[in-house]
Order: sequence, then C-alpha cells, then structure tokens
Amino acid sequence: MLKHAAALALIALATLGTGAARAAPVQSNGDDPWPDLKTAIFGDKAIADGSAFMAVEAPARAYDAAIVPVTIRFDPAHMPAGRVTAITLVVDKNPAPVAAVFHLKDGLADPTIGTRVRVNEYTNIHAVAETADGGLFIAAAFVKAAGGCSAPATKSPDEAEAHLGEMRTKNLDAAEIGAPSRVALLIRHPNYSGMQMDQIKRTYVPAKFIETIDVRYGDTELLQVEGNISLSENPMIEFSFTPQAAGRLTATAKDSDGLVFSGAWSVPAAM
Amino acid sequence: MTKGELGRAFVPGRTRLPLSGRRQEPDRPEALSRRQAIGRALALGLVAAAAAPAEDPPLPVAEVAPGIFVFHGAHEEATAGNLGGIANLGFVVGAEAVAVIDTGGSAAEGRRLLAAVRRQTDLPIRHVIDTHFHPDHVLGNAAFAGPGTTIIGHANLPRGLGARADSYMQGLKDALGDAAAGTAIVPPTLLVRDRLTLDLGGRTLALKAWPPAHTDADLTVLDTATGTLFAGDLVFLQRVPAIDGSLRGWLDAIAGLRREAGIRQVVPGHGPVAADWPGALDDEERYLGLILSETRAALAAGRSLDQAVATVGRSERSRWLLFDDYNDRNVATAYTELEWE
Repeated sequence: MLKHAAALALIALATLGTGAARAAPVQSNGDDPWPDLKTAIFGDKAIADGSAFMAVEAPARAYDAAIVPVTIRFDPAHMPAGRVTAITLVVDKNPAPVAAVFHLKDGLADPTIGTRVRVNEYTNIHAVAETADGGLFIAAAFVKAAGGCSAPATKSPDEAEAHLGEMRTKNLDAAEIGAPSRVALLIRHPNYSGMQMDQIKRTYVPAKFIETIDVRYGDTELLQVEGNISLSENPMIEFSFTPQAAGRLTATAKDSDGLVFSGAWSVPAAM
Repeated sequence: MTKGELGRAFVPGRTRLPLSGRRQEPDRPEALSRRQAIGRALALGLVAAAAAPAEDPPLPVAEVAPGIFVFHGAHEEATAGNLGGIANLGFVVGAEAVAVIDTGGSAAEGRRLLAAVRRQTDLPIRHVIDTHFHPDHVLGNAAFAGPGTTIIGHANLPRGLGARADSYMQGLKDALGDAAAGTAIVPPTLLVRDRLTLDLGGRTLALKAWPPAHTDADLTVLDTATGTLFAGDLVFLQRVPAIDGSLRGWLDAIAGLRREAGIRQVVPGHGPVAADWPGALDDEERYLGLILSETRAALAAGRSLDQAVATVGRSERSRWLLFDDYNDRNVATAYTELEWE
C-alpha cells in the first residue's frame, strides 16, 4: 500500500514543477513535510506570504475526512498586480500531497476556487497562487481529520458504477448574462485512491481518478484542472464566470483509465 | 461508521417488554457452566470458542420473548472495559438449534455472548446472522466460527466489511489494546439477496435483505412465532441514527418495515427493546425526514456544504443522545447524496 501510494505521490509531484522559498503554515511540528514539498513542487522560487489577500477556508475539524470542503478565497480589494493564473492545492500529509492544480483562464470572473479533498491525517493545507508575472503567493489552513484516503470511496459502490461520469452543475440556472455567476461543477466518479483495501480479498481497489477537467463557456476557456487521488469522490469544482452572451457551458473530464466524460449546459438555462 | 458505534443510555422499563418468568439458572456455578460450554464447543469443533480464556463471564441478557435473549449495548465508546460491547446483540433458541444475531465489538465480547448462550442451552449454534458490517456488530464473529456454524449476511456485506476492515481493526486495537486480541475479520459465507427462512426446530426466522439504507448491507431477522424483529441498525432508539448508506433509502426502508407483516416488538440495533410497533419507527423517521427536507432546502437555496452542516437538523438536538457526534456527518452524507437527485 505504501509503495503504491508513494508511487502516486511521485507521479503527482512529477507532473508539476516550478520555483520556492517561504511558507506560512498555520501549524507545524518536527515532521513538517512542507519545506521538502515546497522544494519538490516549486524548486527555488520565492513564495511570498499571500495572507493579506488570500485564504484557505476549510473546517478546522472535518465532519467527514473523505469530504473536506476547501475554498481558496481571494479578496479583490487587496490583490497584487497581475491576474492569478494558477493555484496549486497541497494537502501536506496526504500520500499524494498535490490534490489539484487549477489553471485559471481569462474567462473567469475572479480567482476564488472551491473543491473537496480527502484528508488522511491532521495536516496543513497549502494553496500557492501564481500570478501572470510569475509571482507566487501562499496561504494555509490546518485541518483535523484522519483516514480520508483509505476510507471506502463510496457508500453505494453499485450506484457509483451505474452513474460513472455523470455531470451536473449547481447554481448555473441562476446565471444572468453580463453578471458574474458563481457555479459548481460535479462529476460522478468514485476517484478511487488506490489505498482502499479489500481485506477479505487482500487486494486494493486500483487507483482510478479524474486526471483532468476542462471547462469552457462557448469558445472561451475558463478553467483547466489537474486532479489527483486527494480530490474527494464525485469531484466538485466551484468557480465564477461572467457569461457575456447566451451560450453553453461545457466540461470535459478524463480519468486515469482514459475514459472521457463531458457535459454541456445552456445559459440562460432552458426552461 | 468511523467513530465506532457508541452505545446509548438504555432507560429500563420505559419501553422494554417485561421479562418472562424464566430464570437464568442463577444457582448453576459459573465455572461449571463454562467448562461445560468449552466441552460442548470442542465437541462441535468450535475451536476459537474452546480456546477462549477461562475468564469469559456470560454477557447479561434479558429474555424479551420466550427463547429470545437480548444483550443491551453499553452507553459508551468502545473501550477495554466494555470490550466493544456497545450494540444490542441477541440469540434465539429453537427446539433443535440456536441462531445468534450480531456477535459484538470484539472476539472477547463474542466469547462472553457465547457463554451467555451456553447458560441457556446446550443446543448447537447453527447460525450466526450479521445484521450489517459495522464493527460493534460483527467483530465478535471469530468467537463463533467453526464447521458447525454458518455465518449469514447481506450479499453486500463482504464487500463493505472488506473495504472497512483495516480501519475497523486498527480502531479496535487503539480503543481496546490487549483486549482486542483474537479479534479477526470473519465474513459471512451464506449471503442473502432477498429473503431467507431458517428453521431452528419448531420456530422459524425470516431474514430480509434491504436495499441501501443505514448501510448497503442491512439484514433484518423476524422470529415469526413471537413477532420479534431484530432490526439491526435500521432502527435506532434514543441514540441519534448514523447514516452510512443512503438517506432516501433508509426512509424507504422505514416505510417498508411498516408494511412488513407479523411484527409485534422490535429489538433495535441501539436502544431499548420496544413493544410499540410501528411507533418505534416514529422518532428516527422524523429525524431522517427532517434531515432530508432541510438538506434539500439548503441545496435549493444554493447553500454550501459548510452552511448546510451548520444549520440542518438542529431542532432535533435535544431529542437525541450523541447528537453532536453524528449530526454534522449525517448532514454531509445527506448533502452529497441529495446533490445528485
């Protein structure tokens, strides 16, 4: 299990890569993995404290370690120069620490992103935002939760398989042309972590998870997400965009088996 | 349930049936009875039971109908002191055989349940029925495993137990320490997809497998002669229900239980045995129904998971034990289920 998890963690790290320097963990101790993670993910690039304008919001104590809602929230009044182009979300002590990288495209109304993650043990969750000029800014939150990665991926495995890849949006029907709209995209997928063991069969459920999600409005790119096993079952991404004219929101997701799922929704919503 | 199934305050005499006149042979010396039990276990090939240390005192059981005995789980977390004995367990004695329904939270508790059976009867334990896969109900299976005994469960039980076994075993070791020794994952070998009838000699047990509700492996057992239903954790009394399957499915199962014929009293998974049937379903149906309607309303209003957790179900807080330990998680489970409606 550790071997498998470690391999996934390396894969997760290998798919990324850029610069490094200082963190602002809200809690640390002797075995704080962040310094090594920071170097592995961002190399030597300096990372500035972003807490004046960005925050990681998560429940201090999770009610379900497999479903921990996290929002990386930005305060537009205090933002530095340069649009946020990417956010790397790191659950420090998870076997695959990089839960997701969000590539924010021009079409987004603001950089605040929400998602849900698994948390395997008490940990800091770091978010590193990259701006258009290459600056890196960091914020963090400490979350008390345990066992989220090895917990059964779903309470109803039969149901999950029957509906694999289904997508839906939340709050999109309230979207108005010309106004910023905050919506959520959900993809039905167990996002098996590869750490869920069937002890009776003495086998692990193989890792199988959403790897990429592309979201567009018409021809305009909104968001590209690189996902990993630390995203919760039925991955959820919340973002804001401003539909400039009637059109269609589309999403395409690919999982680690190569299966492709897609969805499209009209704005304004067809009644 | 990751926190372990907690017991809850049993209120004697409120809804429990009066005991029958049958006594529990108080004059029989325990040591003698234990030796007899071990001898019989050996004769039956119950190696695990025979290997039990001599200190396993029988669990205290109440006879809730003729030949039907129930141990009421403690109102505590699983500890070395209670051996994980926090869920209700029972056994039914027929003319030819015994069926045990749920085996407890550890092998040690299972051995104490076995000792309680042997205080009542010498008949072979032919059937062990697991009502679902939660640890406080099945981790005593090892005490009963042997060639003469068939362990029975819902068709989904091995999958659900297998997926959770590592965390259950680790949780038990953390909670019980050395007292967890001997506990092992022993899955059922006879699986029920719909219904199954067991003949104990002169009395029959009617088993029914349910679609996902409390878990996705809920199995109920009705003693047809007395109308006593072992509901497993499909029925909670006094202790707040914990959702580990499907909220909508559980409400459907409650409606289904109301339609089942021949039920006169219920042994819940947690809480006192209740003669008020189907009234014993009212409290949990009200709670689960409220979680359903308020979570749907939160979703319709665009509320976040955090906001839903902070608000849904709060009016039930004073009505349940352990509400603060389970309500948040229940709402999160409901939210992530209902956002796919």
